[in-house]
Formats: sequence, C-alpha cells, structure tokens
Amino acid sequence: MRFVFKTSYDADISLFKHRAQAVWYGLLLLLVLATPLYFVAIGDAYLLGEITGMLILAIAGMGLMLLTGHTGLPSLGHATFMALGCYLNINLLGAGVPWVIAFPLSGLIAGLLGTMIALPVLRLHGVYLALATLAMSMLTGDFVVIAEPWTGGIAGAAVPDINIFGMEINRYSTPYKFYYLVLFVAIMIVWFYRNLLRTPTGRSFTAIRDSEISARAMGINLTQTKALSFFLSATAAGLAGALFGHSAGYVTNETFDLVMSITLLLMIVIGGLGFIHGAFFGAIVVGIIPVAIANGRTFLATTFDVNINVPGLESALFAFILVCFILFEPMGLYGRWLKIRTYFELFPFYRKDMFKRQKSYLKTDRIQ
Amino acid sequence: MSLLEITDVTLRFGGLVAVDNVSLKVEEGEVFALVGPNGAGKSTIFNLISRFYDPAEGSIRFDGHDLLKNSADQVPGFGIARTFQNIELFEQATVLQNLLVGRHRHRQTGMLSNIVFSPKAYREELRHRAAVEEVIEFLNLQHYRDKMIGGLPYGVRKVVELGRALASEPKLLLLDEPASGLSVEETQDMAFWIEDIQKQMGISVMMVEHDMGLVSAVSGRVMALSDGKELATGTAAEVQSHPAVIEAYLGTGEISKTGTSRA
Repeated sequence: MRFVFKTSYDADISLFKHRAQAVWYGLLLLLVLATPLYFVAIGDAYLLGEITGMLILAIAGMGLMLLTGHTGLPSLGHATFMALGCYLNINLLGAGVPWVIAFPLSGLIAGLLGTMIALPVLRLHGVYLALATLAMSMLTGDFVVIAEPWTGGIAGAAVPDINIFGMEINRYSTPYKFYYLVLFVAIMIVWFYRNLLRTPTGRSFTAIRDSEISARAMGINLTQTKALSFFLSATAAGLAGALFGHSAGYVTNETFDLVMSITLLLMIVIGGLGFIHGAFFGAIVVGIIPVAIANGRTFLATTFDVNINVPGLESALFAFILVCFILFEPMGLYGRWLKIRTYFELFPFYRKDMFKRQKSYLKTDRIQ
Repeated sequence: MSLLEITDVTLRFGGLVAVDNVSLKVEEGEVFALVGPNGAGKSTIFNLISRFYDPAEGSIRFDGHDLLKNSADQVPGFGIARTFQNIELFEQATVLQNLLVGRHRHRQTGMLSNIVFSPKAYREELRHRAAVEEVIEFLNLQHYRDKMIGGLPYGVRKVVELGRALASEPKLLLLDEPASGLSVEETQDMAFWIEDIQKQMGISVMMVEHDMGLVSAVSGRVMALSDGKELATGTAAEVQSHPAVIEAYLGTGEISKTGTSRA
C-alpha cells in the first residue's frame, strides 16, 4: 500500500494522487491515442467505430453521472437532452454556422432548454423526479414528429458532415479523424468534470446528494445548485447527442427513445454511481453486449448449427445484468475494481466487509 | 445591542404550540445554553434561527439583520453555523471534504472559473484548505482527515460536525446536543473545545444540552424551557434550583399523592 506523504495543499488539490497514478493515466492516454494504429494495420475500422460509439455514450453518461451520481437527482430522460443537442446541431449546421461554433452552441442551448424544462420538476424528489423525467422521455419522440420543419419528423433528418476549418470529418470515410475528435471532446469533459469535483461547485453538488438539510445549513441554495447541475448535465448530454448524430448519420423520431434514456441510467449504475470511471466502464459494457450477442449467435450458428432468434434477447440480458449488479455489486464495476485493488494493496489484511456501508444512525427529528 | 435577539417568537404546528412567546438574547462572546425536557422546543428554536421553520409571530434579529427576511441558505452568510442533534454529515465524502463544504459561505469563484480551474479558483482553494487544516489541527482530526464519514465511529462524527461548523468561521455557533452519545472523556474534550471556541476564537455559542455537567462547566447563562415556554433564565445553579424547573422535570408532589402518575 502506498502512503502519500503530503507536504503541501497541492497534494490534495492536484488531479493525480501520486506520480505513479499520473504515469498510469499517461499510459492509458497513450493507449487510446495509439488505438487507431491497430485498426490501420488490420485495415478494418468497423470496431473503431464501435469504440467511438462507446466514447459518445460515455460523454452522455458523464452528463447523467453528474446529475444522478454526484447530485443525487435521478433522471430517466437524458435521451431528450441528447435529442435537443443533436437537432440543434443539425439546424445550426444547416443554417451555415461553422461546426466549431455550432457544436458547443448546440450543447449550451440544450443545457439551457434542459434547465428550463427541469426547473418545475426540480422540486420533486427521488422516484417522483424519475417519473417526471420518464414522462419527458416518452414525449420526446412525439415532439420530434410535431417539430417536423426542424427535425424532418418521421422521415428523419440527415446529419451533415463535420467541417473544421476545411477538414472534412465523416464517420465512414474518415473514421480515424472522427475517433480523435470524439476522444478530444471526451477528455475535455473529463477534465472539466474533475475540476468541478475539486472546487466548491462540485462539493456543493455532492453535499446536496448526501444531505439536503445540511447543505442548506451550510449556505447552499438548493434550487440554484440543482438547476446548475441540471444545466451542466444536459449540456454534456447535448454534446453527446450532437456527436451521436454525426455517428449515426441519420436520425429519426425513434433514435432518442425511452430505451436510450434507460440505457444511459443502466450504464452509470453498472459502471459505478458516483465515479467518473463509472461512465466509461458502463459505456464499455453497454457497447460490448450487442457485439457479444451478435458474435455469440454467429458462433452458435456456424459451429453447432443452433439458431437463436429470440426477440428481445438484448433487453432481457441488459435487465438481467442490471439486477445482478444491484444485488451483488451496488458500487458497480468501478467499485469492484476498487475492491480488487485494495485487496492486493493491503494483502493479506483485506477484510470482506471493508466497503460495506456502515449502518447509519437513526435519523429521527429530521426536518423534511 | 445583542448578537442574537429573539423577541416574542411563537411557532405552532397545527394546534400544538411548539414555541410559545419566547424571547431571548445572546450577547457577543457568551455561551448560552437551552435546557429542558424532551419536546420542550429547544431544537425547534434552533430550527427557527436556521430558518427551517417560519414563526407565526415575533422577530429574530442577528447582528443587525432581520433573519425572517432571509431564507435558510442565506443565514450562514451572516455568520451562523450549526450542528444537528442526529448528525447530518455528508456520508459519502471524507472528513476533509465535509469541512470544505463548511467553507461554502466564503466562496468567491463561480462555476465557470471552477470548471476550468482558473488561477483564481486555485488560489481560493489554497485559502480554503489552509483554513480547514487549522480546524483539523484544533480538533485533533488529523488521523481521520481522509477517512470516509460512513466508516467513522459516532464520537468522531460529532467532532467532525463541530469542525464543519467551525470551518465556516461563524460569529455564532449553534450546537444541538454536542455531548449526546459521547463518553465521559469525549464530553470533557467537548467542554474544553467549547471553552476554547468562546475564549480563543471569540465565537459566541448557543447550545442545547441535557448533560448538566457540561452546561454548568461552560455556559454563562442558561434558559430552561418546557412545553415551549420559558421557565427560568440565569446561571446554571440558579436554573437548576428554580422551583418551576424542578416541577417540569420531576412533576409536583400533588400528582404523586393522588397516584395518577402510576398509570
């Protein structure tokens, strides 16, 4: 186990706990930067597209993580903000706005609209907030149909290519450029997210998650802070939506449906609520399962001549995995990773219930 | 002018009068204790000062400000910090992070400079951490500094909550039963801290406490309440020997003679 001898406040403030951690993350960065080289070597970029898709989901996941994992507000409607970002991006690009402006702008407007939608429901708590956002998600498809002039309605809308100062980026013709672009956005958002968590704004979010009454007694304005969290969350989701549009190439009223909202929530629970890593772990799981099912089907069909064509197999598997996580590993994949790491760090002194949540003391006399 | 002036405050929950026409003043630099049986309205008075409840009548003024014109999240800004009877810490955070939230009222940077971690935000962060380290040093919390609240024993949580309140550098500290659930040694530590807070830091303290040993040791004036009404105010010894206080705690002789108290 590593003991960090702290000699300055920077030891607590800096992004990495110690030099070894910085080195590991540096290596990870090198790995993700070098990933396309492998696909250039094998000359097939299909899987790189899948990885890019995971990164886009991870961006949306980080948005939801900030709201649900760090502010404690559940949302079953984040696909709505993705839709907002996506269609804003399409329309701004269509109006001749350069991509470098249209993309961040669509995120910001999605964030603002998201906050306006959220303000009336922010007074709700827990399951009621979840229901309100669920309703929002269910209405999204209908609104896309109604807003046909901007969205193309049921027929759908084509998403223009990205053009950054004359450099054309398209998911299929230039998959490597698209990968690096998405990676850049993801890394920027991780950086913003980390900064947020080490400054007063992020701390006020987690304060609200853990005890609203205490947060108020410390001078935190609940409505304002929750609205801010919603804004940042919807902005990230909006940006992810815009990138998702570029990745899909064509979006209809069925693209950003309820299933996507639920998938996002599923993702952050599987990945580990309350950890930025969780968004990425969750995105990897959600990205791998469909590929694994498809490959498994082909394998069974070719090797054993068994054809499995059960409709809804994917959703059922997702649901099964989610239930298993809630039962056996509520801290998610990242929590599992933390446990394994602690086991080896403390070997042989790891105790089984080290991460078990302590019984919290009676909370009678709470002001609700 | 007193630091805190509560004048003729009444709070009703439906038909129940929780606080009945109570007036009190806390002077700068004193330790003022509220005592009384359970349900006397002591914590309710704290919650009125914190603006969690709206009084039906009366006024609450602090340091020249009318608190009733402000909302709960504005109260700490005037320099009032508090702890809770049943410990309301941020469980999924470390001791250090909890204390840092206590610094919220001193924040000077907004979301934008936080998100890009501007030099200004960095300097502010250094200031907050320096202030928090002083509190950690004062309360001997070094050992628990980076521990999650979820895994800490009750006694330590009490101290962390006191630390979080102190981190906000208040003028008035409201302590809701600071010694409840603490061992004899821990209660003694608490008494020393309260004395230091008053004498060295110059912070006025108002506390609700059942432990009369602690109350007599640290407080200048004591007010006894029962059923939301003031019974007596004075030194700890005066209040303890006041007939109305004895009656509220032990009952009157007449009832026990008729035997109704046995039912």
